[in-house]
Order: sequence, then C-alpha cells, then structure tokens
Amino acid sequence: MKFVREIIVAVALTVAAFISSVAHAHDYKVGSLVITHPWTPEPPMGAKVAAGFLKITNEGATDDRLVSVTTDIAGNAQVHGMKVENGVMSMFEIEGGLVIPAGQTVELKSKSNHVMFMDLKQRPTKDTRFKATLTFEKAGPVTIEFKVEPMGSSHEHEGM
Amino acid sequence: MLRILRILLWALVVTSLAGVGTYFYLGQQTGKVQPLVTIGGPFKLAATTGETVDSTGLKGEPFAVFFGFTHCPEVCPTTLYEMSSTLGKLGDEAKNLKVFFVTVDPERDTLDFMNSYLTSFDPRIVGLRPSADELAQIAKTYRVFYERVPTSDGGYTMNHTALVYLMDREGRFFGTLDYEEKPEMRLTKLKRLLKEG
Ligand SMILES: [Cu+2]
Repeated sequence: MKFVREIIVAVALTVAAFISSVAHAHDYKVGSLVITHPWTPEPPMGAKVAAGFLKITNEGATDDRLVSVTTDIAGNAQVHGMKVENGVMSMFEIEGGLVIPAGQTVELKSKSNHVMFMDLKQRPTKDTRFKATLTFEKAGPVTIEFKVEPMGSSHEHEGM
Repeated sequence: MLRILRILLWALVVTSLAGVGTYFYLGQQTGKVQPLVTIGGPFKLAATTGETVDSTGLKGEPFAVFFGFTHCPEVCPTTLYEMSSTLGKLGDEAKNLKVFFVTVDPERDTLDFMNSYLTSFDPRIVGLRPSADELAQIAKTYRVFYERVPTSDGGYTMNHTALVYLMDREGRFFGTLDYEEKPEMRLTKLKRLLKEG
C-alpha cells in the first residue's frame, strides 16, 4: 500500500516538474526559428512606451529576418538598436529588419536591441501577459505572448 | 555626416569630462588641484511639486540631477528605478536628498504627465520641466548632450546623456553615477555625497 502511494507521489511530482518546466520555458517555434522567453519590464505609470526582450534561435540553414511586430496593446512597434557610449544613450531603428543568421541565436536584451512598443493603449502590468505577432521574412508570422515582469528585472534571463 | 561629427564632438566632450572628473576627484584627495571645467550651474525650473525649483535655494544640501524623457523604453525607467532602490536603502540617511529628473522632451512631458509617471518611483525624485530655451541652457551648464531623432512612424525619440550628476552642498560637481554601475557602487557614491559633498 505504502509502495503504491509512493509511486503516485513520484508520478505526480514528475508531472508537476514537467508542467512547470514547460511553463517556464515559454518557447515558440515557427519554421526553423525558436523564440524563447519574450518578456517586458513593467513600464512606469502612464508610460507611452515599453521595451520587449526575447531570444530568437535560427536552427535552419538560411538567414531570416524579423521584419515586423504588431500588438493590440500598442499603436506601433519597431525593432530598435540601443547603445550607451561615453555616457550617451542612443537608440535607432534597425532598417530592413533584424537579421537572424542561420545557426545562430540573436538576443534582444537589456541595453541592446529591443522591440519598442510605442503609443501604448494600455499599461502592461506585472504578472500579466499580452499577445504580439512577430513576422519573419521566411518563417512567416507567429503569435507569441510577452510576459510582464516587475520593473527593474533587467537581469539576465536564462529562459531554459 | 554632420550628425556623426556632432556625436564625435560630444563623445570627446564626455570623455574629457570623465578625465576632468577623475582629475578633480584626485585633486580632492590631495586638496591641490582646481577643476578645469565646471559642470553644473544655477537653474530655476518648473517642478512636478507645483513649485519652481531654484538651485540657489538648495545651498547647504547636496543633490543629484539627471536628464531623460518619459518616452524612453529602458534607460530612463531603469535609472529612476535604480535611484529609487538606492534611496530606499539609504532610508532616513537621505531623507532630505533631492533628486531631480529633468526632461529633455518638454514638448511631450508636461508636468502633470511627469508627476503621474513619477508615482512609480521614490517620492524624493522631483520632475523638472524646462522650456526649450531653459533646456538648452541647463544642458550647456551640465555638458549634457540631447538630440531629437525622427522615427519612421512620424514620431521621434531622444538620444541623451544618461549620467546622474551628483552635486555638493555648494552646488559644485561632485561626481556621477554611470548607467551600468553596480548597485553597491551607487550606494557608496551617494553615501559619500551625503557625508562629504
Ligand atoms: Cu527603442
């Protein structure tokens, strides 16, 4: 009897672990691209813009490009580059789309490339998610969810 | 081309300022060297508190000032957030420390809007909104770079200096907090400002 109960507990734990790892992974696949852990730091009260971060891995043999991002929560979204040099922050649109080279991972992350959500229609609040559609030149469109994390979560995300 | 030249020139200014800052800092240690370039100077600007902040009235209290705008995806919210958490750690030690957030985008950043934006941060952070002329003036005295960059949707964004300037109780330049600096470093620098500034 005790043995059976142990097995049930073990199975339950395995299933729970599996579910939570899947939930944590928060991955998407489209064509030969894998998109990992899209997230947004919660913007301040009333903010009209927010930054989106994610990792895109191209498992294919040809380069692809992220050409557009759309979402209901923002009037406009663009892929931006950003750098801080000699104390000056500058930001620029990445023209012609962000290249995702074959066999490589491109990271949109803090202090670097980001999705810039502009003209926000609603404030993304922490612990919620919002949908967005990424369109790639070759892989086509994919709808993903950005997870809103507390402000200040600019730390590295390992996104399993 | 002109833009690249401008950026290069400003980069030169910032680099030399960093050098001067170090020189000045070392000078403070020995008490011999005088600063070559002054950073900062008096300002009188409309504040989110509903008052006008006159820097000459701040004599006797060190303060911090930085420049940004609310249509800023990351650097400005992060700077505000980090400043808030450092102020939180300092607690009562910094209860009178004034921190000013000066918008480089007064066109979109009204005082009301800034006020609501700043409710997400430590209440010691006060927003200042210069007119276009006042902005040019304060940017000049603080050697701050800002430029408007048009975006393809017809809007614009701003590039700007992302340093936090620490000013001593005489209103003189004391040092900076840099964007990528570790939290412990920021805390140490602010403690020094409060003690020695
Ligand atoms: Cu941006």
